[in-house]
Formats: sequence, structure tokens, C-alpha cells
Amino acid sequence: MTDELITKELRAMIGDEWPPVIYEVDRTGIRMWAQAVGIDDLVYYDEETAQDQGFDRLPAPPGFVGFPRTRPGDPDPGPPIRGLHPDLKRSLNGGTEFEYRSPVLAGDELVATTRIVDIKQRSGSIGRMLLITRETSYRRGDEEVALMRATVINY
Amino acid sequence: MTPERQVYIEDVTPGDEIPELVKNCSPRQLVMWAAASRDFYEIHYDVEYARELGLPGLVVHGALKNAFLGHLLQAWVAPLGRITRYGCSYRGMDYPGEDLRCRGKITEVTTHNAEHVAELDIWIENPRGEITTPGSAVVVLPSRTKGTRT
Repeated sequence: MTDELITKELRAMIGDEWPPVIYEVDRTGIRMWAQAVGIDDLVYYDEETAQDQGFDRLPAPPGFVGFPRTRPGDPDPGPPIRGLHPDLKRSLNGGTEFEYRSPVLAGDELVATTRIVDIKQRSGSIGRMLLITRETSYRRGDEEVALMRATVINY
Repeated sequence: MTPERQVYIEDVTPGDEIPELVKNCSPRQLVMWAAASRDFYEIHYDVEYARELGLPGLVVHGALKNAFLGHLLQAWVAPLGRITRYGCSYRGMDYPGEDLRCRGKITEVTTHNAEHVAELDIWIENPRGEITTPGSAVVVLPSRTKGTRT
């Protein structure tokens, strides 16, 4: 297999950090998320239940790290989902992984920074594709609370 | 709090399956998810748009399937256990109105930094028995003998 899709420019992007973005975690967002997934554990809805379980504030359900603070017209945070290679205009979500060091809680304002950590070329039923893995670190002050690894397929 | 449903490290052995969670998405749930996750890609709620792209109909969001696997794990370890890592790949599409079986199997049980750790394979299976969404996870569980909160 050749790596002809991985141009010098693309390779040079590996490791670059995109500008940090604030992710706001709020109670309404937590409840909406839990409800949309179909989670009925009261710990995500009721503060007394959360406190009984040792959380100061409502904890976020698995996978929820809040929403980026944006203004109208702001681009999506982090590297573009597609178009890093001019021949590959379509994209698919390849996979998502979360690592938790500490619970994400309502009221958190997490500082998220994203890097491209890996680019691989593959061939499959959809033709030639790039698998671009991005890693986002979410920090509360000096503490890294969560890490997300997401693979985007460009084809 | 004396959680009767709590799973402890002593209860788990490699090869064990954890209680399965079955999800069946309505279009309404996909719209709720679109709003909750702010993913407004039209293939998840605009059936004409999805068909024009050659899809058979609406498609379940990948990230929602990831959240289903998070729910599976959380429901299993709660309230005293916690998830330290979980993730999945999106290998096949899933559709609303179909039973999605969210399952998990213990692969390893270890002690790491005085914490009791269980590793699992996790996955989502469609009604045809195809694994559309394979993944893995690491959780920390409490012990019956020492410590209360992990």
C-alpha cells in the first residue's frame, strides 16, 4: 500500500494544536443528553441524588463534555472534518473513544484543545480513504478531566 | 447508601457477559439526540435527504451509539463503579425501528494502582446478528472487602 494521499502538508499537521475552545457543561445540557439517550438514572437529573452519590453537582453522562462556546459565524472548533485532502470531499465518523480521569460536572468550563495525532491511508469498498485521528484534551484548571479520541474517515 | 444492585469486583470473571441493554430508536429520539448533541446532519432526521444520498432511510447517529454503550456500562457499574475508558468504531449503519442489542463481555480482571479494574469488549448488534459497532472499555469496580467509593 502506498501513502500517496498523505501529502507533506498533511503529515506536517500531525501534532499541531488547534486554538483552545471553552466547553460549557450545564445542568440543562446534562438532562437533555441523558433524556435523549434514554438514561433514567436520577443522578443525572436530581441534585440531591447526585450529592448522595458524592458529586457536588450533577455529573455528566458518559460521552458528554459540554458544548463549545461559540459566536455566530464561528467555525467548528478543531481541525476541519473534511477537505484536508482536496480529492476527498466526503466524510464518515469512524469511531469515538473517551478516557476519564475525573468526573465532568455541571458548571464546569472545560478548556478543550485538539490535535491530529495520526493519519493513515486505507483502501476499502468506498475507495481510497484517510483515517484521521484527533485527540481532544478537556482541562478544568490544571487538571485534565477527559480525553476524546475521534477518527474521521475522509474518502 | 446500600446499593443492592451494585456489582463488585468479586462478582466478575473473564468471559462473563454483563446485562444487555436493548435500544430501539424512534425518529423522535434521533431528533432529541440531534438537539442534545448538536449534530444536525440531515441524514438523521430528513428521510428524503437520506434517500437522495442513496441511504435506505434515516440513520442512527454514530455518537448516539457510543452514548448507548456508555449507558450500558454506566448502568452496570453504578453507583459505586466508574468508567475510565470506553470507545467504539462505527463499522455498519443502524436504523430507527430496529432493536439494537448493546452488549459487553469481561475480558480481563486486574488490580492496578490499588484499584480493581475490569476490561471489556463491548458492542452493538443489529437484528441480523451483525456487529455494527464494536468497542472496548475499562471500568473500576468497588471491592466487597475494602474501600467503599472507587
